[in-house]
Amino acid sequence: MLDTTRIRRDFPILSRTMHGKPLVYLDNAATTQKPRQVIDALVNYYSRYNANIHRGLYALAEEATAAYEAVREQTAQFIGAPSARGVVFTRNATEGINLMANAWGRSNLRAGDEILLTEMEHHSNLVPWQLIASATGATLKFMPVTDDGRLDLTVLPKLLSPRTKVVSVTLMSNVLGTIVPVQEIAEAAHRYRALVVIDGAQGVPHLPVNVQQLGCDVLVFSAHKMLGPTGVGVVWAREELLESMDPFLGGGEMISDVQWTSSTWNEVPWKFEAGTPNIAGVIAFGEALTYLSRLGMEQVRAHEIALTAYALKRLSSLDRIAVYGPRDAAARGAAVSFNLEGLHPHDVGTVLDMEGVAIRAGHHCAKPLMRRLGVAATARASFYLYNTQDEVDQLVDALGVARKFFDRPRAASSVREKVRP
Amino acid sequence: MIEQLDELYRDVILDHFKNPHRKGELPNAQIKAEGANPLCGDELTFYLTLADGKIGHARFTGKGCAISQASASMLAEQLEGKTVKEVARLIETMKKLMRGEAPDESVDLGDLESLAGVRKFPVRVKCAALAWNIVEQGLQNGVRM
Repeated sequence: MLDTTRIRRDFPILSRTMHGKPLVYLDNAATTQKPRQVIDALVNYYSRYNANIHRGLYALAEEATAAYEAVREQTAQFIGAPSARGVVFTRNATEGINLMANAWGRSNLRAGDEILLTEMEHHSNLVPWQLIASATGATLKFMPVTDDGRLDLTVLPKLLSPRTKVVSVTLMSNVLGTIVPVQEIAEAAHRYRALVVIDGAQGVPHLPVNVQQLGCDVLVFSAHKMLGPTGVGVVWAREELLESMDPFLGGGEMISDVQWTSSTWNEVPWKFEAGTPNIAGVIAFGEALTYLSRLGMEQVRAHEIALTAYALKRLSSLDRIAVYGPRDAAARGAAVSFNLEGLHPHDVGTVLDMEGVAIRAGHHCAKPLMRRLGVAATARASFYLYNTQDEVDQLVDALGVARKFFDRPRAASSVREKVRP
Repeated sequence: MIEQLDELYRDVILDHFKNPHRKGELPNAQIKAEGANPLCGDELTFYLTLADGKIGHARFTGKGCAISQASASMLAEQLEGKTVKEVARLIETMKKLMRGEAPDESVDLGDLESLAGVRKFPVRVKCAALAWNIVEQGLQNGVRM
């Protein structure tokens, strides 16, 4: 396990109290907290070398450009990419998928082509493909989810065909925690020369990732789910793929020359970075990558396996609880969805909040998957490198409080309360 | 903390949640109005019959959290026998209560009054308001027809 006592000292927010109780932050699949190294990098940039990048002739602008471009190199290394020229900075992972669906899809998809997704995709890896499908006449197909929350790969050979032009799958489900065997899927898809896009929003923050081992063409992820600031996303794509694609957004920075009626494009990756990017955010994201690299992603993963195994054991031991997703902590990430029977997750979430425990309750931007699971909503606890077994215990205790609160005998409805203020 | 929770989940609310009043469909309803809260997945459908400008019967179906379902149950109970105008006033009074404005004292809220504590939980106000918005819009659309 990681030295959480030491790690937690780096995260100012973790010493907060909520409703008089210590904050137990278990909504890391939504966004993670930030270490002071990341917060300091934002302040430092704005206090010491704020300037627009790639165009100033003065030293300040050069400093900012160098710091920004250094994070591109660092990002490439973090995901084992052969070159930083394949790394495009966006606002978030969602924008990354939209970039691919538009810039690649517009010129590569036509009527009759197929886009293969899975039943466990986040809306952000579904809706952009729906939009480009309706614009091009392509159709969507889905790899099914098994009852125990894994992907049913036995039907993959039937789903793939020469019509399959792109396969876009999550590396890790944000609802079930399931880790998807993307390597196997990529190999099968490439036999049909389909483009393979990986949604790494949940996977990259929690797993050691190497794009060359995964065998994908594209990997997208978000900085804010891995200790970085909001407003920064990454698209990594094979350089020649980026070269072959038209731009996504037009504007400053992404051009080589502009005439009244036409333009030529800047080199990759800058061709895809129209307008002033989130310079401060990207630079601070570099500190997040440094932080994760210093701990080691193998260690982060081991910590989360142990914590998830403990959480699954404790949660499953409760009465009247349904826990979703694979039972084997080694086959899944650190997001655990569950429901207390008879209680709506929003009501559970409100009681937990009063106990200082922050979890997510709802459909987790995966409504089709919720329907597949036959539930309207779930509660979800998701862990990260600073979470502890004590916090899992506090979650379980708070669930006990919720159960007791709603089970308590109530006065009959004939007793009318006067509550008007 | 339990005191704060008691203020949100009053006994009357949990009673309506566990034993909802006026739950079910009305096959002869003149007005059928449905709605959902896209963030949490709460769903409600209201069925209303109208006679002489008044609501005859009111029923609802749906699923969701205790607050959304109890609010629907309490509202359905209050609707029967009221004119469309009276319903509009009732709902406006509830919305005022949520905004912290002084409500119209002459409006009898019935059990709905127990939802006053929801105001202190801003993220849950939309749960309580789902039923009100559906009925408000359903009547507006229905009356125009």
